[in-house]
Amino acid sequence: MRLRFTPVMALLGFIFLYGPIASLVIYSFNESKLVTVWGGWSLKWYGELFANQQIMDAAWLSLRIAAISASAAVVLGTMMAMVLVRFGRVRGKGLMSGMITGPLVMPDVIIGLSLLLLFVSMQGLIGWPSGRGFTTILIAHITFGMAFVAVVVQSRLSDMDDSIEEAALDLGASPLRVFFDITLPMITPALISGWLLAFTLSLDDLVISSFVSGPGASTLPMVIFSKVRLGVSPDINALASLIVLVVSIGIITAAILMRKKP
Amino acid sequence: MSEHILAAEAKPWRDEMAKPFVRIRGISKFFGDLAAVDDVSLDIYRGELFCLLGGSGCGKSTLLRILAGFETPSAGSIEIDGQDMTGVGANLRPTNMMFQSYALFPHMSVEKNIAYGLLREGVSKSEAMSRTADMLSLVKLDGFARRKPHQLSGGQKQRVALARSLIKQPKLLLLDEPLGALDKKLREETQFELIRIQEDLGVTFIVVTHDQEEAMTLSTRIGVMDAGRIVQVGEPRQIYETPNSKFVADFIGSVNIFDGEVDVAAPDMMRVNTAEGAILCEPLAGLKARQKLHIAVRPERIQLSRAPLELANSMPGMVEEVAYLGNLSIYRVRLEGGQCLKVSAANGLHEENPITWDEPVFVGWSSTASLVLIA
Repeated sequence: MRLRFTPVMALLGFIFLYGPIASLVIYSFNESKLVTVWGGWSLKWYGELFANQQIMDAAWLSLRIAAISASAAVVLGTMMAMVLVRFGRVRGKGLMSGMITGPLVMPDVIIGLSLLLLFVSMQGLIGWPSGRGFTTILIAHITFGMAFVAVVVQSRLSDMDDSIEEAALDLGASPLRVFFDITLPMITPALISGWLLAFTLSLDDLVISSFVSGPGASTLPMVIFSKVRLGVSPDINALASLIVLVVSIGIITAAILMRKKP
Repeated sequence: MSEHILAAEAKPWRDEMAKPFVRIRGISKFFGDLAAVDDVSLDIYRGELFCLLGGSGCGKSTLLRILAGFETPSAGSIEIDGQDMTGVGANLRPTNMMFQSYALFPHMSVEKNIAYGLLREGVSKSEAMSRTADMLSLVKLDGFARRKPHQLSGGQKQRVALARSLIKQPKLLLLDEPLGALDKKLREETQFELIRIQEDLGVTFIVVTHDQEEAMTLSTRIGVMDAGRIVQVGEPRQIYETPNSKFVADFIGSVNIFDGEVDVAAPDMMRVNTAEGAILCEPLAGLKARQKLHIAVRPERIQLSRAPLELANSMPGMVEEVAYLGNLSIYRVRLEGGQCLKVSAANGLHEENPITWDEPVFVGWSSTASLVLIA
């Protein structure tokens, strides 16, 4: 008998993957004060969530960091990808193209710890960044976001026919002009999906942020984590559901854009 | 019709005093240890349609890219219209290129693709648009201005690419396999279109192709390339009738080759010994007895008959295969020494009793039809 992939198997798979998330989302509409007891449908905890100033501040901080770091990562990551794909032989290119995936595979703990050590010693040497907080989290997120963007843009660039850019150059456009007239419009889908990826990763990050953060700069995941240690309150379920929503939109859009042909 | 002096008629390359328009001097290009282009020197004259012909990997495309400025040569220099091109970027050269993949800008309309070069030159938008419209009618694409490249057929894309590369009225147009992606019928039509446009505009064309028939049809002169070197330069007729090497004879058209060595080299006649016996050919100055060489005979120069032929060379053989192509038939005749000869003969109308398979026949050709090749 041949083994077949049946709809039942697919269902089991989906339950395994998304069951916990689904139960979290369902419990976020729970009336009861106890997380584990069902007390009927309600939007009560969403209301409480928006009234909680600490969480709102953390969410705002996270969103700002995610947006700024994703934008900076797109610029730097694109530059990196251009160097790797379009510029002929650059000294150290092989090393760079190998190292680019470093932040993707390196454990977060190690990235966080090494960045923390860097920031501390930089402060001692040149006095910047003074203390840890918004700036240091931002720099850390740009660092790993850039690597993801570079990988995404790199694959789009190497799929692109070089002669399209050469044609523009041949028709009298300067190399910079070629980049803005031809290359940029053609890699836009990759840039958007790279941005969304970097944005989502920054929003999700707990470990690296915890290492490089300082007093007064707690991102949303950090606040959630500290609250959960004191016991799960139902408003966290509501918050988590919202994050799941935002992240899913980001990931799905990124996937659609990546698949779209130029 | 046209006020340009046509190089095809003036044949400036026959005049020693004529000033070349493109001067290629000792150009080499190494990729690592491999020489893609190896010490190429070439003069190309104004208004020519020069074909660089060769198999894949012979360096013809690399040479074209060096002319366009996309590759920096490892050695040598290029002069276009008296100007040295060393260190001049691709965007500043008086050349334009038509790419094999057409390389149309996928996010721009046909009109914007064509006008792109003019707008970079600083031409006003209204002038650029009117010149684009003229160019569209030259390539017979009126009404396609607003289409996007993905809405065009292969032939239409080819013409957009041609229009885009011609709009700046370059002194020199470089075409990389311009007809490579078209089907046979469209290719034949487009060949003559290309010649018409080239003669109308008086632009000098350098065309890269691997298709010898295309090169023969299009060009004023052909440069045959092999392993990064130019092996022979000449008019299509010269290249076909007097190839200077076995490689060229074999590459251009089809040919039968005998390996042999000189037996008798008299002033009025030369006899060469081969595995198929002695072959008579026209004498070549400076050849001595025992010199090893090749004799090439074109299939259409060979006559086929049931009786021995009254020609300088006549050999018996056996027909092994006949391919009927309509206007002519190709016969494969096995000679007594074991070599197989390709013979082509025109077909008459309602020919009675044509020569067919397994028939003993005689093949023959004149001494002038034996091309003597030393290399």
